[in-house]
Amino acid sequence: MQHIGDTHRGWAHVGALVATCALVCLAACRPDESRSTGSTNVQRGAAPTTAGGEVDLGADDGQWVMPAKNYAATRFSGLTEINEQTVARLRPIATFSTGTLRGHEAAPIVANNTMYIVTPYPNFVYALDLTKPGLPVKWSYNPKPLLASQGVACCDVVNRGAVYDAGKIFFNTLDGRTIALDAATGKPAWDTKVAEINIGETITMAPLVVKGRVLVGNSGGEMGVRGWVKGLDENSGKVVWTAYATGPDKDVLIGPSFKAYYTKDQGKDLGVSSWPPGAWKIGGGTMWGWIAYDSTLDLIYYGTANPGPWNPDVRPGDNKWTSTQFARRPEDGTAVWAYQLTPHDEHDYDGVNEQIIADLPIGGQTRKVLIRPDRNGYVYVIDRQTGQLLSANPYVFINSTTGVDLKTGQLAVNPDKSPQVGKVIREICPAAPGGKDWQPSAYSPKTGLLYIPHQNLCMDEEGVSANYIAGTPYVGMNVKMYAGPGGNRGEFEAWNPVTGKQVWAVKEDLPVWSGALVTAGDVAFYGTMDGWFKAVDARSGKLLWQFKTGSGIIGQPVTYKGPDGHQYVAVLSGVGGWSGAIVAGMLDPRDSSAAAGFVNAMRDLPQKSTMGGMLYVFGL
Amino acid sequence: MGPSLERNIARTLLITVAIAAVACEREQRNLGQSQSAAPSAFVADVDLQPGPTFISDTSEGPFDDNAYNTAEGQALFEEMNCSGCHAHGGGAMGPALMDDQWIYGSLPNQIFASIAQGRPNGMPAWKYRLNNKQIWELVAYVRSLSGLTPKGARPAREDHMMVIPAPNQTPNAKPKNSSLPSASMFP
Repeated sequence: MQHIGDTHRGWAHVGALVATCALVCLAACRPDESRSTGSTNVQRGAAPTTAGGEVDLGADDGQWVMPAKNYAATRFSGLTEINEQTVARLRPIATFSTGTLRGHEAAPIVANNTMYIVTPYPNFVYALDLTKPGLPVKWSYNPKPLLASQGVACCDVVNRGAVYDAGKIFFNTLDGRTIALDAATGKPAWDTKVAEINIGETITMAPLVVKGRVLVGNSGGEMGVRGWVKGLDENSGKVVWTAYATGPDKDVLIGPSFKAYYTKDQGKDLGVSSWPPGAWKIGGGTMWGWIAYDSTLDLIYYGTANPGPWNPDVRPGDNKWTSTQFARRPEDGTAVWAYQLTPHDEHDYDGVNEQIIADLPIGGQTRKVLIRPDRNGYVYVIDRQTGQLLSANPYVFINSTTGVDLKTGQLAVNPDKSPQVGKVIREICPAAPGGKDWQPSAYSPKTGLLYIPHQNLCMDEEGVSANYIAGTPYVGMNVKMYAGPGGNRGEFEAWNPVTGKQVWAVKEDLPVWSGALVTAGDVAFYGTMDGWFKAVDARSGKLLWQFKTGSGIIGQPVTYKGPDGHQYVAVLSGVGGWSGAIVAGMLDPRDSSAAAGFVNAMRDLPQKSTMGGMLYVFGL
Repeated sequence: MGPSLERNIARTLLITVAIAAVACEREQRNLGQSQSAAPSAFVADVDLQPGPTFISDTSEGPFDDNAYNTAEGQALFEEMNCSGCHAHGGGAMGPALMDDQWIYGSLPNQIFASIAQGRPNGMPAWKYRLNNKQIWELVAYVRSLSGLTPKGARPAREDHMMVIPAPNQTPNAKPKNSSLPSASMFP
């Protein structure tokens, strides 16, 4: 344990303590020699194939096998039975209590006429039979995660969902395990411990299965952990590769085939040299968000989280590769390119948000791009072959930075809003959860619009000393959040990624902390933290239908075709998450720094939503 | 300098001396380990005791009435990252400490046990990392957050971002041994 009294004295202690951490890290980074490609095509039936020859269940609109619907992460369904005309007739056809009370961020998963749900801690898994009235439980599974894991989860004990592939359900537990269950019986096929709670690691993200690899990342950026993504063998659960976000190139899996587009991201071992000595070992860069996959280019895409601690004064340098967009090979994790979105992050602007794969007409040609509404407030459009920036435009009010230079890739920081030790800097926008946090957008190739659920928050910050004690918070920042310009704390926004402009926006009083869904019926769905599940016209934003669920909605809506051939929409209700911590954690609003300052902005939430997890399925 | 100003200075000095004299006890600096024994008796965490008589624990924390040691507890609360989980008393990953709800009890011995032994739902065990005196200092500070220690020993507002009412201005929140939401948490 280290007890660091002030930031200057602190570095000696961090250095001394690195030995302990290094042991843990070294043990974890030894690559497993197994290179099994898995048998991903088993039991897949006649599902469509991608250009790369991979069977792509995500292209089947009857099912919803991964939280983002498909590898392109569009959350777009081609189903049209529920559309602008019919949506007003939508009604609940079944509900199911999840038996848990914390924040429900997961997407229900639908495969082979079965719906799979993962709850927040204790991460129960339920399989519901869609062929029978009332959707009875086929099987359930209790992974029995460690009680103590609740004490190292920064922002409520959430889980963002399971994924179906090749007859199995894959999901992560808060105490750091990845588990594969037989989708038909619920019997565990394998159960691999990948994270360690005693150094502050948990797992909250939904895995993604690509080419025989189950891709998993850790949480714990507020606990001084070192971020990683691992590729597990789909059949055995063995860890095949580990790609760290910080440290020497060999740990980050940067090799000869790596080519960063911008000079600022080029050089040897930047994951070491862009930090004070040794600080990269406890420097964050976790991966608790979203991964996309382009089978034609055979690249996976994800972004890394904030550097730790939040107090930026104790980690001079760019702090690579935190808050960075990566492109890697799925089979061995090799980095192909990287672009650091927010170098030397000062405000907890993680880069783990979704990136959506699309081919857009830009500059007179069709460009293969990633569309990334980042936490730092810009929608980035990035060439997904090279990492070149095509545009970066603000989708929320920003004063912490003044723009992105498309030539150099550099984000221009506004020094007036940089936090300082012992001084309160006021009205920093966006606040720590960013323009948007984890809540994923949807993209309709039909309208060409991106549907962004997000918040509108600003904050005061004051740097304080950050003391690294393994397994405890490593933050060093006093924060107090409140509504941004206009007073509305949330918004559901339609964005044109080609023009880089907002098309329409629905202002919401509370942060919009749910995911988005959009369909070929030109209806977009989202939920509010006071429990309304809403359907709006995808072209105008006009409210077409709404239903009040039992608790605030922070989950991810999905749609699928039932065994009867009709379209259904499903969503989990159950408030919580970082934004809902005041309710889920019963926090005291007299402390405006509670839940890292989010409670100050959510004082009225207890009057607007109680807790409690419930699945709602709607049909016509 | 007029005579009235001189009188004022003299009066201020007199008051200061008087306060200082009274404050000696609350300012006493317990620097050694003399008052640092762990709770002498085995601590009960619950109020349910089989049998007709209820035995209550009336023992006090050694530093509850001492401003110096409470301030030391306040410093430890930041340095040991207690504030990372409990914020400044309002809670975050861990429960709020400034309210009237005490899952494992509000008595000094009970709080000592919670810190030293840890608690199953995520509270780490600190007994191998902190000595008894440090834990007692934390007990005094934690109790000060809901006004359970004498007002004169509680900290004033911090020289930082103002996030909580100063503990010495906080009314005593009569403890309830409950983890259920307080009435204000209901719509």
